[in-house]
Amino acid sequence: MRTGPAFATAALMLTGLTACGGTDDADATLTVFAAASLTEAVTEIGEQFEAEHDGVTVEFNFAASSDLAAQITEGAPADVFASADEANMDKVVDAGAADAPETFALNQLVIAVPAGNPENVTGLADLDGLDFAACAPEVPCGTAAQTAADASGTDLTPVTYEADVKSTLQKLLLGEVDAALVYRTDAIAAADAVDAVEFPESAAAVNTYPITALDEAPETDLADQFTAYVLGEDAQAILETAGFQQP
Amino acid sequence: MPTARTRRRRRIPAALLAPAVLGLAFLILPLAGLLARAPWSELPARLAEPAMLDALRLSLVTATAATALSLLFGVPIAWLLARGDFPGRSLLRALVTVPLVLPPVVGGVALLLVFGRNGIVGSWLHDRFDLTIPFTTTAVVLAMTFVSMPFLIVSVEGALRGADTRFEEAAATLGAGRWTAFTHVTLPMIAPGVLAGAVLCWARALGEFGATITFAGNFPGRTQTMPLAVYLALQTDMEAAIVLSLLLLAVSVIVLASLRDRWTATP
Repeated sequence: MRTGPAFATAALMLTGLTACGGTDDADATLTVFAAASLTEAVTEIGEQFEAEHDGVTVEFNFAASSDLAAQITEGAPADVFASADEANMDKVVDAGAADAPETFALNQLVIAVPAGNPENVTGLADLDGLDFAACAPEVPCGTAAQTAADASGTDLTPVTYEADVKSTLQKLLLGEVDAALVYRTDAIAAADAVDAVEFPESAAAVNTYPITALDEAPETDLADQFTAYVLGEDAQAILETAGFQQP
Repeated sequence: MPTARTRRRRRIPAALLAPAVLGLAFLILPLAGLLARAPWSELPARLAEPAMLDALRLSLVTATAATALSLLFGVPIAWLLARGDFPGRSLLRALVTVPLVLPPVVGGVALLLVFGRNGIVGSWLHDRFDLTIPFTTTAVVLAMTFVSMPFLIVSVEGALRGADTRFEEAAATLGAGRWTAFTHVTLPMIAPGVLAGAVLCWARALGEFGATITFAGNFPGRTQTMPLAVYLALQTDMEAAIVLSLLLLAVSVIVLASLRDRWTATP
């Protein structure tokens, strides 16, 4: 099962935390659980945060928001949770692990096509008759794709409903599909191989990224500082470069 | 030692019993964890969902097809490895076990590189016969076969090495051709090994996830097998995922238990 490695990571982090669980600010480790789509941007934000806070190390656990929410509600020791959608943040809030999440980024779907756009895709309607990949409705990017398709009134059927946005893009990178419905941030990260075609219906399915410090955070103060930092100007600039929109 | 021999029940040495019990607990406890979390009241409603039955049916059909393919190609490969006499045999044996070591997701990418639209074989099939394999049920069967055939090969090769070649020689002396000797003498002798291998192969194919979702994608009714349905259910509803896993487990345990008792009781 795919959750095996995720739980193993959580277990590893647990041992890591007991090894350096001192509370004094001089030598603290902040553990951030963040959605996989945030990997590049939040790693960079973490590096800047470290540079501005002496003796602070930021550790990350990047995975699907649903896996992270499950790990947190099962008691994984995390300080901050950044989710790729509100549904998974709600799970954490409902479980009593956090209470005041704030939106720090927005993400929208684009149609990713091979560089040069050989099939001349200009909008959702052009996907009819092409082999394309989309996320499964069970994951946030699939819910967004469904909403966008409903908004356009077209009945779109991909050849595959992928388990996450990275594997959806991978099918395009391997040349197995003509197009893929992915987030703008994913298309930008793969800009040397794919072009991003914007389409108006994606405005109906904007994904909201909430962040929160967790109630059981081993490093309460640092968790609050990091959350504020992500909402601040410097971090927002990094997110914008990665293709996210400001809330 | 006559006293030891006459004793009715042989005592199990504590040095074996203790690790055996610990090991069993390790294997069985996670199952107990699943059982404890399972929402039994929801079970009937979940099982009645047509999408789930589709996934279960697809899993059973494709795993069985993959086992048939593995038997068809795997038994001859095992024979080649056990009885063949050619240079590079041990290298070949090592290569056969590659799918056992390769992370299944990587195996799926490798299959795409060969059978995909732009793959070496795939592009030829596409141009020549207008055939595309990825995202089809055929792809599911191929992914399962790739991952599970080594289990059959290793098991059958072991059986062939353990089998006494003098019976085959005797059959040859009595005028049987090599093919007749194989089908009438060798195959019956190694039947338990073949069945044990087929059972392992089927079980591995039934649980296949990584290569399938990478090579065949995920489309309900066409390529969405039970493990894929379980993984996606896990994204939204852990209870549903547990119910589905238990269903898959129950079906495989029933099939395997009945098979083992009937066919492989004799070593």
